[in-house]
Order: sequence, then structure tokens, then C-alpha cells
Amino acid sequence: MLPVLRVSGLNKSFVMHAQGGLALRVLEDVALSVAPGECLALVGPSGAGKSTLLRSLYGNYRPQTGSIRIRHREAWVELANAEPRTTLDVRRHTLGFVSQFLRVIPRVATVDVVAEPMLRLGATPEQARDRAQFLLSLLGIPERLWQLPPATFSGGEQQRVNIARSLIADYPVLLLDEPTASLDVANRDGVIDLIRQRREAGAAIVGIFHDTAVRDALATRLHNVALPGAQA
Amino acid sequence: MSDTPLLSVRALTKRFGGRVACHDVSFDLWPGEVLGIVGESGSGKTTLLNCLAGRLEPDAGSVSYETASMGTVDVHRLSEARRRLLARTEWGFVNQDARDGLRMGVSAGANIGERLMAIGARHYGEIRGSASEWLGRVEIDLDRLDDRPTTFSGGMRQRLQIARNLVSNPRLVFMDEPTGGLDVSVQARILDLLRGLVDRFHLSAVLVTHDLGVARLLTHRLMVMQGGAVIEQGLTDQVLDDPQHAYTQMLVASILPV
Ligand SMILES: Nc1ncnc2c1ncn2[C@@H]1O[C@H](COP(=O)(O)OP(=O)(O)OP(=O)(O)O)[C@@H](O)[C@H]1O
Ligand SMILES: Nc1ncnc2c1ncn2[C@@H]1O[C@H](COP(=O)(O)OP(=O)(O)OP(=O)(O)O)[C@@H](O)[C@H]1O
Ligand SMILES: [Mg+2]
Ligand SMILES: [Mg+2]
Repeated sequence: MLPVLRVSGLNKSFVMHAQGGLALRVLEDVALSVAPGECLALVGPSGAGKSTLLRSLYGNYRPQTGSIRIRHREAWVELANAEPRTTLDVRRHTLGFVSQFLRVIPRVATVDVVAEPMLRLGATPEQARDRAQFLLSLLGIPERLWQLPPATFSGGEQQRVNIARSLIADYPVLLLDEPTASLDVANRDGVIDLIRQRREAGAAIVGIFHDTAVRDALATRLHNVALPGAQA
Repeated sequence: MSDTPLLSVRALTKRFGGRVACHDVSFDLWPGEVLGIVGESGSGKTTLLNCLAGRLEPDAGSVSYETASMGTVDVHRLSEARRRLLARTEWGFVNQDARDGLRMGVSAGANIGERLMAIGARHYGEIRGSASEWLGRVEIDLDRLDDRPTTFSGGMRQRLQIARNLVSNPRLVFMDEPTGGLDVSVQARILDLLRGLVDRFHLSAVLVTHDLGVARLLTHRLMVMQGGAVIEQGLTDQVLDDPQHAYTQMLVASILPV
């Protein structure tokens, strides 16, 4: 399979003006590529830059130099320094991101929080709600919670709502930042199954999995991440 | 993706006497996009918004707008009559001070109905019906329909102003601190309403706010202004999560997590 995500020469520093312009170099000359059906696990110690790399791939952090190319609408699109509307279009159709924390939208019911990305892709409200309910039950969110906004949910419940929201659209490329961090074993296994199904259906995945059991279950390849200058 | 921006702004500059209120601002707003403008008090946000909507004449630069049916127009070269027509039929403008955006001498219902009549509505019952519906959407009690905004609280006036502007289904709304002065639960309701309009009807908007939480929820892109200039812009999550400019870093660092 040919890659659908190709990264090369990626450099990212944080310049902190409150610290007199201190520059923290985090990514130096990073290169990787991922093909459909692959799950690339980013490994490295805390603070090594795994989340920084993943967020750069999503267009959330802005690398100084380098190239992030992704297959989108049957063409290659450059995401580094892309126009905002290009990044938004890629995110809407091609690139999903599962973060560790749900950003709660005030007053919106859980089922609608989950359904939203599918609605934006043009699904009917019925289709989107059906799929949202299917995912919520698969992830073990009790039905009595579906109509409530997730603001008051437990950490693990919010994380599962977040996973449902991030997986409701069948993105061909998925980025996962510790998707099982606050889950108990039963719920963790449900999430693993869901992600594995995506991988087997041909999604290209880049993920950070602290839990080695999760990593073993999902990863097809490892990619070491180390701060510039540190021994990998 | 559309290939024509809704609004195209080039090198816009506005001075008041010797003071530059807005300096060399350029950007494109695409259909369905919500652009947020943040920045400290006096940084030129309201001035910029007024120049965009043709309410203030800039000293230099241009604003072109892709109309629904008349092609592209240069906002500052339109006759006053045509600009007003555009403002009534295709735009909304939510003022920072609700008193500037409402007719204080007529009832709440008339404030909303007036916008509908401006686009040709004539049926009294239907106009009153829409006015009631919108009052409900912004959570003002229906029994206040015949009261004047002078008898409303600041937050109620702001909500009435929002209803007045959205009732006519505008394509583009300019909003200057639309949720300033609202208590959090009403603010959440208004945000929900605006998000719905953006998602379902591809409403485009330029939104000035000092509230980065509002910006995060509602805007796709963000421009940061300081001293009349745009010092940083990008996707909203980029600007908030990876701010580059010293001022933006200070702004993001000085708030609770959003
Ligand atoms: N937005 C930011 N602004 C400034 N510095 C940042 C920012 N994001 C990350 N960093 C810094 O970059 C370095 C790498 O952080 P990152 O979050 O990528 O590490 P990580 O490998 O994901 O660690 P962990 O395993 O603990 O999650 C850290 O020193 C961090 O403080
Ligand atoms: N009509 C005017 N005449 C003279 N100076 C003006 C006028 N309107 C604005 N200014 C000045 O232009 C600058 C920008 O003002 P503006 O109202 O655009 O700021 P702002 O960013 O909207 O601030 P705030 O957040 O306080 O509303 C300020 O220095 C202000 O004093
Ligand atoms: Mg991390
Ligand atoms: Mg102002």
C-alpha cells in the first residue's frame, strides 16, 4: 500500500516570549510515512515531543519548517503552513484526532455532541443520531446519559464520548493521543476493538499509547521520538 | 470548497486625526466561515468592523463583498442607498452597545418585525409570529413582546439586538462583543443558537470578542490585533494552543484553560 501521510524535514520549536525569547527545540528533522492499514505508534519518554508531533500533523501546532503531505480528495495536500480553510477541509473529510480530553460544548446533549461531525459531512440528522447512539452503546455509555450534556460526566465517560465523536466519521487518517488513558480495562478493550476495526478497514493511524497492552494490540510499527540532542 | 471569498479586505487603514486606529489590515472571509477578532481595548476592533460594514470610510484600502445576486461590489464605492439595502437584506450588525443597534422608542416586537418588513414581509400575523419565535430563541419572555427596550436590562437588550439581526436570515453578520454582559447560561444559549446557524445555514460572521472561550467555541479563524495592526492570525486552535506573538502568548497565558 502506498502511504497516505508523508512527513519530512519537520522542525518545531516553541519560542517563549515571557522567558526572554527562550527557544525550546522539540522536533528536529522528523520524517515518517504511514500507509492504509498501518498503525504507527510514537514512543519516547515524557516530554520527548510525541504530542507536539501529533498536534503538528493535525495542523494544531505550527512547525517552522518541513512538509506534511496527506492524501485528501484524491490529491496530495500540503498541511504545513496551509491556508486555514484547507486545514479545515482536510479535518472535516480526511483527518480525525482523538485527544485525551473532551472539550465540552455547553448545553448540547451528548448524542448531539457525538453526531455533529457526521452532520457536518452531510448526513441526515437521523443517520447521524443512529450512528451516535450505536457508538455510545458500544462504548458503554448508559442510555440515560445520552440526552444530557457531558459536562458533569466522569473523566472516563467524557473520554469515551470524545472517542465516539472522533470516530463517528470514517476518517481515512486517524491521530490518537492516549485514547485509553482514563479508562478501566473493560472499556479499554472496547476502544481497542473499535480502533482495530478502523485499522483493518484501511485507516492509516498514528497514535500515542502509554499502556503497552494497548500498544501491542494496535501498533504495526513503532516510531521513536526523542528531544534533539537526547540519546534515542 | 468555494473559490470566491465572501469578503475580501485589502490594506485597510483608518486614522482618527493623527491616531491610527486600524493599520494595513488584509484578509479573506470564505462562505460559512466565522472569523474572530481579539485584542486589547482600543486596539481597533470596532473600527475595523465598522470599516468592513461600510459604516466608516477608511483612509486607504478596499473591502469587496460577493453579493447574493449582484456580483462583487466594492463596499466603499456603493451609493449610500445601495449599501443600506445590502445591510438590510444580506447583513446583520450586532453593536457593542445594544442601544446603538435597537430602536429604543418602539416595542421589542417592532424591533424584530422592522427587519422582516425591510425585506418585504407584509403579513402582520406572520411578522408577529416570527418576532415571538425569535424572542423565545433568545430566551426573552413572550409577555415582553410589546414592551420597549428602554424597559429591558442590558443583557435582554443585547439578546433582542441579536434576534433583530438574525430574524431576516442574513448571509453575513458582524458582531461586536455579542455575548458581553450576558450571564453564562444565556451566553451558552446564544452560542448554541449561533453555532446552529453556522452549521445549518452556512452563516458567515466576523465576531469581535474578548472572551477566548467564546472564540474557541464559535470561530474557525482568529485575528489578534494590537495597536491597530493584526499581529497574528490562523486557525483558532492554532492561535490559542500555539501562540507565536508575545502579546498573544500573554493573552492566552492570562486566562483559565479554554
Ligand atoms: N504549546 C506549547 N507551548 C510551549 N511548549 C510546549 C507546548 N506544547 C508542548 N510544549 C513543550 O514541548 C515539550 C514536548 O511536549 P509534548 O507534550 O510533546 O511531550 P510528550 O512526548 O507528549 O510527553 P507526555 O508523554 O508526557 O505526554 C515539552 O517540554 C513541553 O513543555
Ligand atoms: N470616532 C472616533 N474618533 C476618534 N478616535 C476614535 C474614534 N473611534 C475610535 N477611536 C480611537 O481609535 C482607537 C481604536 O478604537 P476602537 O473602538 O476600534 O477599539 P476597540 O478595539 O474596539 O476597543 P474596545 O475593546 O475597548 O471596544 C482608540 O484609540 C479609539 O480611541
Ligand atoms: Mg503527550
Ligand atoms: Mg470596541
